[in-house]
Amino acid sequence: MAMENSSKALVYQNIKSKKSKKRRPIINKILFYLLLIGGASIMLIPFLWMVSTSLKPDGATMVLPPKFVPNEPTTQNYERVTQQFPMMRFLWNSIVVAVLTTIGQMIFSSMAAYAFARMQFRGRDKLFLLYLATMMVPTQVTMIPQFILIKQFGWLDSYPGLIIPTMFAVFGTFLMRQAMLGIPRELEEAAFMDGANHFQVFYRVCLPLIKPMLAALGIFTFMQSWNNFLWPLIVISNQELATLPLGLSLLQGRWATDWGLMMAGVVISVLPILIVYLFAQKYFIQGMTMSGMKE
Amino acid sequence: MVGMTRKKTFIWLCIFLLPNLLGFLTFIGAPIVSSLIISFTDWDLLGEMQFTGFENYIRLAQDPDFWVSFRNTIFFILGYIPLVLIFGLACALLLNKQMKFRAFFRATFFLPVITSWVAVSLVWKWLYNPEYGLINYALSIIGVDGPQWLSDPNTAMIGIILASAWKDIGFVMVLFLGGLQNISPSFYEAASIDGAGNARKLWNITIPLLAPTTFFVTIISLINSFQVFDQVMIMTGGGPGGSTEVMVQNIYNHAFRYFEMGYASAMSWVLFLVIFLFTWIQMKVQDREVN
Repeated sequence: MAMENSSKALVYQNIKSKKSKKRRPIINKILFYLLLIGGASIMLIPFLWMVSTSLKPDGATMVLPPKFVPNEPTTQNYERVTQQFPMMRFLWNSIVVAVLTTIGQMIFSSMAAYAFARMQFRGRDKLFLLYLATMMVPTQVTMIPQFILIKQFGWLDSYPGLIIPTMFAVFGTFLMRQAMLGIPRELEEAAFMDGANHFQVFYRVCLPLIKPMLAALGIFTFMQSWNNFLWPLIVISNQELATLPLGLSLLQGRWATDWGLMMAGVVISVLPILIVYLFAQKYFIQGMTMSGMKE
Repeated sequence: MVGMTRKKTFIWLCIFLLPNLLGFLTFIGAPIVSSLIISFTDWDLLGEMQFTGFENYIRLAQDPDFWVSFRNTIFFILGYIPLVLIFGLACALLLNKQMKFRAFFRATFFLPVITSWVAVSLVWKWLYNPEYGLINYALSIIGVDGPQWLSDPNTAMIGIILASAWKDIGFVMVLFLGGLQNISPSFYEAASIDGAGNARKLWNITIPLLAPTTFFVTIISLINSFQVFDQVMIMTGGGPGGSTEVMVQNIYNHAFRYFEMGYASAMSWVLFLVIFLFTWIQMKVQDREVN
């Protein structure tokens, strides 16, 4: 990187310097904020439109010109979507699946990461390389045998079928190992001197030190699981066990043109992750940046 | 004594590693291997599994549906990648300055990223509604007669591309922001002393120095967009007339609608090979940068 920077600096030196015209900083600033607000509006309008539509009474959605603020806002769509459709059931399923997947992923990957980063054993690096190699394989390759496996375990249409296969994503182990490699040897040696065993070193020394990374992994896994559509689509055919994304697609299949109802369903599915986002924004961005993959 | 501690260490190793290793082997390792094996069979989930050699792969090469889905995926990528790169970079440049409400704006641009594809697709489907949708209404204000969007084979994929770019701009922006923070301010100071304007700085400092990030973002976006599925499934289901049918959807249909596990597995390996090619290029380039 440094090498590159300096070579670019050489390139820069060849640029002939020109006296720039006098700027009008205020106009620039206004232009800058206009661009920013314009961009932010494009990002926000679909969300606002979603909420606005969900609050419109029957028949008020298909009106021209469209109204951003409903004349008589009503919660009627929310009542309908939760009464005529097991929306609350989907919400519960999503919470169970996302929470358990996240906990499992955090526990298993940080433990394996401890073995990979802090313990010595034969074939360790080769085994980890094997882990890494599988990260390149897209989920579409594994999903067919995974489906067959789940079927043989009798886990189709069940929580274990939704949760367990997604708990072992290699990315978690990779991330936790990276974090644990940075812990200085002296810390754990001191703990071992004091008679601590491996579990105590893992739990008392290592985990507290990698807390931010662990949090980022947790948030990232939760979001992945909350938003996952393909895997529930494959594993679940019993509507009672659908998670929110799958539930929304079922909702679409039944009331495709009832936009007020649909948007109420979408709001219910988006709200929980939005609340988590408001409180843990930093970890969301961190988790996404580290993953580089989002799917 | 030494034997004791060795044994103990081994037990600890098992405790830490085995749960994950077993899960890994069962749900990732074994499926990868068996997927490759299945791709050389004609398995339909019920009958006997028979090896058919390269038959699935030969069929694939001659399957017009596969090539349609391949072409559609490429079309998606060609539209999507430039959009997220340009607008992602633009947003990153805007937000890289010190300003009021910076955290608010960053959170806003990132908002679609945390939302599920299904939710985003449903909202955009409503926005694209030809008669009552917000987009065609906005177009009508400036005197444009909006298209049929998702129900017209000519515009359906464009609709999917725009919605997808909207969702992912925030993600690309965050990656670019990381890259921008690695550029030393001294370059800009030197440029200012030499009297370079903002456009010059952008063209001669920012963009060249950002090249590694741009490359990384492009590869990541490529890998991800070969796997495009959710938004297509929700917004068009591959229609109208197969105009938005993409590769993963083809795999999904053959596996879970027609139960042609062998054929679908072969397709998934072709997808993998394409993705692998880009991953490999990325690794090669990264190696060159390090050395």
